[in-house]
Amino acid sequence: MTQLFTVAITDIYRALVRLPLAGLLGWQDLRQRYRRSTLGPFWLTISQGVMIGMMGVLFSQIFKTEIEEFLPFIAIGMIMWGYISSTIIESGMVFVASEGIIKQLPIPIFTHVLRMMWRNILIFGHNLLIVPLVLLAVQKSLGWVALWSIPGFILVTVNLTWIVLLFGILCTRYRDMPQIVASLVQVVFFLTPIMWMPKLLPERTGAYLLDFNPFYHLLSIVREPILGAMPSLLNWGVSLGLAVAGWGVALLFYGRYKARVPYWL
Amino acid sequence: MALIEFKDVCADFPIYNANGRSLKRRLIEVATGGKLGADTHGRVVVRALDGISFSFKDGDRVGLIGHNGAGKSTLLRMLSGVYKPSLGSIRLEGEIGSLIDISLGIDPEASGRENIFLRAALLGMKNSQIKERLNEIIDFSELGDFVDMPVRTYSSGMHLRLAFSVSTIVRPEILLMDEWLSVGDENFKHKAEARMAELVQNTRILVIASHDRKMIEHNCNRAILLEHGKIKMDASPKEVCSAYFG
Repeated sequence: MTQLFTVAITDIYRALVRLPLAGLLGWQDLRQRYRRSTLGPFWLTISQGVMIGMMGVLFSQIFKTEIEEFLPFIAIGMIMWGYISSTIIESGMVFVASEGIIKQLPIPIFTHVLRMMWRNILIFGHNLLIVPLVLLAVQKSLGWVALWSIPGFILVTVNLTWIVLLFGILCTRYRDMPQIVASLVQVVFFLTPIMWMPKLLPERTGAYLLDFNPFYHLLSIVREPILGAMPSLLNWGVSLGLAVAGWGVALLFYGRYKARVPYWL
Repeated sequence: MALIEFKDVCADFPIYNANGRSLKRRLIEVATGGKLGADTHGRVVVRALDGISFSFKDGDRVGLIGHNGAGKSTLLRMLSGVYKPSLGSIRLEGEIGSLIDISLGIDPEASGRENIFLRAALLGMKNSQIKERLNEIIDFSELGDFVDMPVRTYSSGMHLRLAFSVSTIVRPEILLMDEWLSVGDENFKHKAEARMAELVQNTRILVIASHDRKMIEHNCNRAILLEHGKIKMDASPKEVCSAYFG
């Protein structure tokens, strides 16, 4: 077991040493996608912004919630969910898409995970522009507590990284997995309070839908501080515990199957 | 000091979308390619390398010859560290450089200059090193002002010149090649030849897969003949070439 950890950690270390490469490739991916387009990745921001505006107005009517309260809630929720869902969905292709490089150059395969994470963080950064606009529109100001969303975001990213690593390996071996993952992500979207507010749920259902949903906790540690509240201890605890346990499993798995990935491609 | 030691190295590729049952317990030796077989679970397995043992040391210039599918490319990838052996062990000392696919990673939409950075980073160069040698690379490629144009506007010759100029900038201790690199028009060819000669001279171990008898006899001091993933012959280039090419 220690040997598996050593293998995994050595590879991750080697990938971190070559972090600029992952950064360059991730950046290149984004530029490639939007080359010759004037607005580039901001097209994503615009479509996301329009979507949030529409849904904000519509659902605040349906749920009879104040738009001042609902719009920031759905804005942060949708942007975070965009980040979470796209990384998880893309995890299915993370190694398959880099087949050429993996089969030709002995670059640690964790580099490809970092590349994909970085690409999605960049997209997230573009989308983040919507938040101040929304806050301005509803005349809401940020408190100091909002700074807590930064460690929150880092913890979410740490969690997503092990998920991508684990799913990436599984999806390379079992090519039906990406489809399964994509439909599960869709289900989680509706089960997680993104479009609906947790307080709208009846007490008993709430306990099931919220406390047992890791994505609720992950969202909360970023969303709550921006909305002006401190995330609960449970939110932090679950997110942290998930990171530790998840990385434990992912490292073992990575150590065991790392060498097989090129053979599966 | 550079050293490569292979001990009974095998490479088994599991093929998940072939029907394993029909091939179960039946070993088929096909005319080209590795040995097809089935593992204990009844899955189809292609054994691309089968019990390969050798050791290369400083000064070795090894030519790999064999039919298509004999295992040359797999062996090169095994040497580069892309594949880990399914069975057997490898001992490796020295830094490895691979000139197997010099166009890998080139983005046609990006400019030549951006591609130099991209390609060099893939080869393991640091940003500061690339900046230092950027002008040298651009000069060598003879692209002039085209270096700031998107690569998709290049002719295929220009494309190769760019890839060649960046890829040959590294000086690894162990150099892997799939066929000798020869690019460009008459004028550039001479420059490229000189660059290749220098590259090969500065490397401690050269391993090159080729179908070119002249090239192997000229550049190598040892040749290995592969057949169905096994070493059939390991001797001087002259002996191996006359056995293989007749």
